[in-house]
Amino acid sequence: MTVTTAGVLFIVSLLAALVAVHKPFGDYLYRVVSGTRHSRVEQGIYRLVGVNPAAEQSWGVYARGVLAFSAVSILFLYGFMRLQNHLWLSLGFDPVIAHGAWNTAVSFVTNTNWQWYPGESTMGHLVQMAGLAVQNFVSAAVGIAVAVALVRGFARSRTGELGNFWVDLTRILLRVLLPIAVLGAVVLMVGGAVQNLSGGTDVTTLTGGTQTITGGPVASQEVIKELGTNGGGFYNVNSAHPFENPTTWTNWIEIFLILLIPFSLPRVFGRMVGQNRQGYAIVAVMAILALASITLTNVFELTGNGTVPQAVGAALEGKEVRFDVSNSATFAAATTLTSTGAVNSFHDSYTALGGGTLLVNMMLGEVVPGGVGAGLYGLLILAVITVFVAGLMVGRTPEYVGKKIGSREIKFASLYFLVTPALVLIGTAAAFATGNNSTALNVGPHGMSEVLYTFTSASNNNGSALAGITVSTPWWNTALGLCMLLGRFLPIILVLALAGSLARQQPTPASEGTLPTHRPLFVGMVVGVTVILVALTFLPALALGPLAEGL
Amino acid sequence: MRLPAWLAQHLAALRALLVFTVLLGLAYPLALVAVGRIPGLDGKADGSLVTAGGKTVGSSLIGQSFADADGNPVPRYFQSRPSAAGDGYDPTSTSASNLGPEDIVDTTAADPAGSTQSLLTQVCARSKAVGELDGVDGRRPYCTADGVGAVLAVFRADGLTGPVTRVVSVNQTAPATPFLAEYRGVPVELAEPGQDYRAAGATIVAIRGDAPGEPPVPADAVTASGSGLDPHISPAYAGIQVARVARERGTDPAEIRRLVGAHTTGRTFGFMGSPGVNVLELNLALDERFPAR
Repeated sequence: MTVTTAGVLFIVSLLAALVAVHKPFGDYLYRVVSGTRHSRVEQGIYRLVGVNPAAEQSWGVYARGVLAFSAVSILFLYGFMRLQNHLWLSLGFDPVIAHGAWNTAVSFVTNTNWQWYPGESTMGHLVQMAGLAVQNFVSAAVGIAVAVALVRGFARSRTGELGNFWVDLTRILLRVLLPIAVLGAVVLMVGGAVQNLSGGTDVTTLTGGTQTITGGPVASQEVIKELGTNGGGFYNVNSAHPFENPTTWTNWIEIFLILLIPFSLPRVFGRMVGQNRQGYAIVAVMAILALASITLTNVFELTGNGTVPQAVGAALEGKEVRFDVSNSATFAAATTLTSTGAVNSFHDSYTALGGGTLLVNMMLGEVVPGGVGAGLYGLLILAVITVFVAGLMVGRTPEYVGKKIGSREIKFASLYFLVTPALVLIGTAAAFATGNNSTALNVGPHGMSEVLYTFTSASNNNGSALAGITVSTPWWNTALGLCMLLGRFLPIILVLALAGSLARQQPTPASEGTLPTHRPLFVGMVVGVTVILVALTFLPALALGPLAEGL
Repeated sequence: MRLPAWLAQHLAALRALLVFTVLLGLAYPLALVAVGRIPGLDGKADGSLVTAGGKTVGSSLIGQSFADADGNPVPRYFQSRPSAAGDGYDPTSTSASNLGPEDIVDTTAADPAGSTQSLLTQVCARSKAVGELDGVDGRRPYCTADGVGAVLAVFRADGLTGPVTRVVSVNQTAPATPFLAEYRGVPVELAEPGQDYRAAGATIVAIRGDAPGEPPVPADAVTASGSGLDPHISPAYAGIQVARVARERGTDPAEIRRLVGAHTTGRTFGFMGSPGVNVLELNLALDERFPAR
């Protein structure tokens, strides 16, 4: 079998698996978020937390719940890292430096998992499993909860009620993320992922050298890192590490876990608004752009343009033999399309255009399919912008799934769209203006790509890196922490405000003048609007980085 | 006493975080650590350690360096890929090189410790070294015969245009011989240590040369992996090492080739990943079957 055939079959098998499960799994998710019964364990948790699960919340209360939970999480995680040397299983590591602890606390709470530090020499086992990995679960659940609240805004009428944040959070954690994580962790352990509390085993190698075989609760963290589209590696080299991603088939499982929830949530949208075809239209937009991007990344990497790949004969620098070029490129596209940021190969050594495609994936706003929850609400915002644009063009009333898109709604949607490009471009400009771009490893256009990629990744809550750049300085840690924080919570507040505004409306029955939003025409328009908005915003910056290097 | 709403909300958030930390941060991972104690799974959960002669010598999932204390390859062993993890294959300092596809100009300084090799020169030097060790042609496109990147800094009369006025081979310093005698009629000079020709206004041009398009030294032999711990090499890289290992161990190359075949894993289900040879397991089997004389 040729390399290309194998690579194509790998992508086709992932696609087939997602097509097969997204309906039943989406239906299960729908039942989780719409059910009215509370299990005994859940009732116990609500009592311990001190909340009334029957109480419905307005958008403001829901948003304050999200923000309070996230603020407490950041403070807790910061303290945890600063005090780790006094705690059990610290492996003798020092407390994490202040600006670094701030960055990492924000990074994990915002579902970004940007990492300025090497895990194996910075974080003790207790911080990893009881600090960082807990945020892998809860930040993912927060994202899904916010998406569900927005969909309730479309589905409900004449009400201020958007559900109960604590109930959504608890159910998503207990009924969705935890069971899959347990199962997935055992599967990864069968593949060879480590799961112990060892501080490392010193061995003498065959030629008489020494090597420390590291340990840790890796499998349990690895699975939720992919499933929750978090991406923070237990080790510095993330999913390239054989203890995180030991075999060719664990690689397939990890990519599948990354894509599972984001591609299933449109089904939940369709079920909740009572029109499955609306969900199919959204998933079609995601699938079209995702497949195009995965294909492009594979083509650029397998072609291997550039001086060094030509000298080598393949774009193999920074890639593992077991994954080879194609399975590495597929992972890289999946991780940047979903705001995951886990890597099984190092994007800094990708071909200029291959790496540029990964950058564009993030610039799309993490919507195809995007992070868990964040992808769905991001794409619904783009759908709202599309009906507005279409309405302007043909003089039809902008409506989406029975709700009018008036000036209040379009203001929220526009502000949502502006947040991340503003952070990316201002951040990149600030790095150059202050000379902090000098920490880039590479020079010329590739150095520009490193800085642009860094701010794009942080502001879109992705977390992958062109890792040559040194970001462990106070300036970088502070600036990127701010980008992650604003890039996560400003959009969440705007989404919930939009949800509140939609829920208050009475439904508008479809009329002759309504643009059907489930037809291929609309799918094509959303694709077009997404691509055009990104191109208009970022083309000048891209021209200075990957395009200058690759063309 | 009734708490203000904002305070009550933050206290609820704190209680929720503590409940989930106990459940997801302690109970969940520790339960899986317990699962990892199940016989059959425990070896994997502990890192797939392998032993030889009663001593633990490494992990079958983690590559290691088969070089002596001075960093020279030990010829009786199959060699792993280059590694950017610490001083090579250091699991406490995992890393990729992170050098980009156009990283082709070395930083030369009068003091060798201050010099850094570009990715291109690293590739060229590795290819030359592997070629010499295993008796195959180590030449590659864009590489000089002395194993550095074949790259010129070209100065032109009007900056980017105009006739060529001066040409420097940027990765070659004295006492080397320039890999090209002249370029566009201008003699090629050697680089002076410490000079930045790009900053001085030169255009950087890589020269492909006449090396074969598919060099005998495979791609994985001249590139560092993402993890720096890659346990595998390609069957092609194992193939060019067979003759040397057979010679060192005084045995028939066909026997060694058979052993390589036994330690080669194909694609899972025929299409996932790429075929690879586990170097540590292969070398352990060699020591068992064909001890060095």
